Amino acid sequence: MIVEKSNLQSEALETVVIRFVGDSGDGMQLTGTQFTDTSAMFGNDIATFPNYPSEIRAPQGSLFGVSGFQVHIGSVEVSTPGDNLDLLVAMNPASLKTNLYALKPGHTIIVDTDAFNRKNLEKAQYKTNPLEDDTLNNYRVVKVDMTSLTKEALKDIEGLDNKTITRSKNMFALGMVYWMYGRTTEHTIDFFKKKFRKEPHLIDVNTKVLKAGYHFAETLEFIPNAYSVSPAKMPSGTYRVIMGNTATAWGFLAAAEKSGLELFLGSYPITPATDILHELVKHKHFGVKAFQAEDEIAGISSAIGAAFAGDLAITTTSGPGLALKGEALGLAIMMELPIVVVNVQRGGPSTGLPTKTEQSDLFQAMYGRNGESPAIVIAASTPANCFDFAFQAAKLALEHMTPVILLTDGYIANGSAPWKIQSIEDLPEIKNNLVKEGDDNWSPYIRNEQTLARNWAIPGTTGLEHRIGGLEKDSITGNVSHAPENHEIMTKVRAEKVKRVQDVIPEIKTEFATTGDLLVVGWGGTYGSLHSAVKQMNHEGYKNIGLAHFNYINPLPKNIGDLLTKFKKIVVCELNNGQFVNILRMHFTGIEFLQYNKIQGLPFGNSELMEAFKKLIK
Amino acid sequence: MIMETAVENKYTYKDFESDQEVRWCPGCDDYVILRSMQKALPEMGVKKEDVVFVSGIGCSSRFPYYIDTYGMHTIHGRAPAIASGVKLANPSLSVWVATGDGDAMAIGGNHFIHVLRRNIDLNIILFNNEIYGLTKGQFSPTSTVGQKTKSSPYGNTQPPFNPGELALGAGARFYGRISGNSPKDIGQMLIEAHHFKGTALIEVLQNCVIFNDGCYSNVTSKDVKEDKLIYLEHGKPMIFGKDRDKGLVLNNLKLEVVTIGENGITEADILIHDAKEKDPTMHQMLVRLEYPLSTGIIRSYNDLTLEEREAEVTKQVKANSKFTKADDLFFSGETYKVD
Repeated sequence: MIVEKSNLQSEALETVVIRFVGDSGDGMQLTGTQFTDTSAMFGNDIATFPNYPSEIRAPQGSLFGVSGFQVHIGSVEVSTPGDNLDLLVAMNPASLKTNLYALKPGHTIIVDTDAFNRKNLEKAQYKTNPLEDDTLNNYRVVKVDMTSLTKEALKDIEGLDNKTITRSKNMFALGMVYWMYGRTTEHTIDFFKKKFRKEPHLIDVNTKVLKAGYHFAETLEFIPNAYSVSPAKMPSGTYRVIMGNTATAWGFLAAAEKSGLELFLGSYPITPATDILHELVKHKHFGVKAFQAEDEIAGISSAIGAAFAGDLAITTTSGPGLALKGEALGLAIMMELPIVVVNVQRGGPSTGLPTKTEQSDLFQAMYGRNGESPAIVIAASTPANCFDFAFQAAKLALEHMTPVILLTDGYIANGSAPWKIQSIEDLPEIKNNLVKEGDDNWSPYIRNEQTLARNWAIPGTTGLEHRIGGLEKDSITGNVSHAPENHEIMTKVRAEKVKRVQDVIPEIKTEFATTGDLLVVGWGGTYGSLHSAVKQMNHEGYKNIGLAHFNYINPLPKNIGDLLTKFKKIVVCELNNGQFVNILRMHFTGIEFLQYNKIQGLPFGNSELMEAFKKLIK
Repeated sequence: MIMETAVENKYTYKDFESDQEVRWCPGCDDYVILRSMQKALPEMGVKKEDVVFVSGIGCSSRFPYYIDTYGMHTIHGRAPAIASGVKLANPSLSVWVATGDGDAMAIGGNHFIHVLRRNIDLNIILFNNEIYGLTKGQFSPTSTVGQKTKSSPYGNTQPPFNPGELALGAGARFYGRISGNSPKDIGQMLIEAHHFKGTALIEVLQNCVIFNDGCYSNVTSKDVKEDKLIYLEHGKPMIFGKDRDKGLVLNNLKLEVVTIGENGITEADILIHDAKEKDPTMHQMLVRLEYPLSTGIIRSYNDLTLEEREAEVTKQVKANSKFTKADDLFFSGETYKVD
């Protein structure tokens, strides 16, 4: 069949949200990642949101086994993966059923009709075939027998088993979407060449299917419109697409190089933090010592040992792991050693929602230890700035000789975004408190007058042999002391040391408005959602709404008191039942803080936020 | 080696005494272990700034405070994990763990077995007194069944670990057991442990004078010691007894005590101790033996340490890597320019 190239007009759009969904074995994460990378190379701004089940291979075709990858591409700044979909690619009935709600009415669904057989329909609890009844009346449905077409595309390659064929159908879908958005297939073909270097026949298979999908879309009459999303305007520089967890790992690599120390990671695998371990174990060429420990406690304990011995030491975990590390973290606070604990938050309590995002470990980070045990707590707010805050966490730990807890979350850790690459030479200096031999006035707990950071004397240094530990210590010598007044002095010093970090952290600035009717307050990984909602309202004419987003939680920036009084109402938005809001209430007793909370393991949606904010300023 | 000798001559035990007053109960074996350590350190050929003692919680864990080297008194059970971090961060250090039966085998059991499995080059001194001392007398994982303690007033119902059996099961390459009242042997074993490349575990049968006094006296008191204990030495026959006339032979896959000169047994029939054998079967049998109780270095098998394995992998990765600076990585692969 020869189809004339239709005279379709490319529809120019600012942003487009696409979600690829299928069975957890259908390769949706790979499909989404490829589309993301290709779009970033094209110059789009991007934000992504992988959403997958905690089972590795959930039963095929089941509703709970659906895996999805959402990507938001824009010719303008994009700060969230988006709420409502412009395009849904559904590889089976279960994925259609669980994702249809998010598609904007009138927008497009691409389905693999071959997967809509009786068995799969039953598993998805469809009584009738949604492709045949009125379920999809409000949408543009592109029905493609993708499995058959994939088989057809591969018919000339001999000796392929059925599994290999059906597994590559995701590339057919990707090929179609590439054509629809005016992307080329080159990037992905290069990717095949690298990925399947050892199985060259798979390069051929995947390339054929990708191209088949691309050409199919090109020649297809029933694709209603083609879209183009032009490159976005971003500050000039060299970019790459980076995932939050990778950015975190790289931030520590940068901090190690900048500080001239070796990087030690003690870690135990836990979702969704494990990718940081995966990334750092690769970098032995930089001298990174990544130690997979026997448990969470050994993860932090080995880091404490490494910090005592003079390394930049970190440990990475998620909520339940932070609970296990609590006692050892107290030890690091007592011994005043520089370590960084990364908590990639997930839904809790207990095992909770391992693959879903939440901000419910803030109180744990602040208070989850015995005794008076203050730690610096900071939070990254975007996939790309995980790099900056990992770097900053290391810098604060080393310069102030105290543990730092860095909070990220599943949403920004697994999400990806363009990162303007930062060269080591452009990063700020990192000082440290190391003492050299020959200092006669030396004592383990002598402090820097400004920061209150104590000396760091590491084994191997002649003449500085000393013993420290978890028992309360004399405020100068570090020897065990149970003296009543000494304990009070030491407790206050440890608190004051953390408080003085206020002197070196940036003041907080409001965005969109410095005074007005409503101040939206957030912290950590919700920045994209809050920024996007307030920005859109600003565009709609609501010039009376400001946004204050926090990265520094303990201590808080100095200037927030002034800033809070400039707005009639304040709403604190969190993906928990209200934690940061109570920290603010504690500090600012005369101010009323309203709350907007969501506890569904999902990020905030744009429309729900805008609706809530509009109600508040009515 | 010349350097080491020079260092060796520099120190006496006094150089390793810290300014802290020792606070163990009078008559505690811990004093014996401490003094043995202070006397052994000058003989090890190690600089004092290169020595780190790490401990957890318990009476034994006060150890680092009393030795004038680098030291950390940490939290209950975690010393092996913390010491692992010290050693991996700086493999040139001589790292020691002081621990007790509760610290190592109850709350810290996981770290204890894993450090042995990994074979990190550090030394663990296990003060086994079969009781919790610092919390004032509860049964421990090595207390015997029936033992009356503050938490088992009617007799302990929990069967104990045999630390050597546990250690060998976890893959220990070096295990020695020694009586807490024999300072010279302790000192010698500490030196051997220091020179051994890999995790060296020394179990000291340590008497607690307050809460478990005399727990080992049936085997370690002067009058019975020679008959009840066998001191094993690599390459030497397994002979013991006041008259050096008792020995061990293998009979039906079991160790059996025989008397030289009786039933035609000669010294040639007695087993020769091979501590360096890779297969731990005989070492396990020796560890489990109740009469005589085996002491000395029971196992000392040379294997690669974790640091050596890591160093080898790192060397290979470095040789094959195109990255030397973080920038090389950051700007590698798929990047794109925005003007």
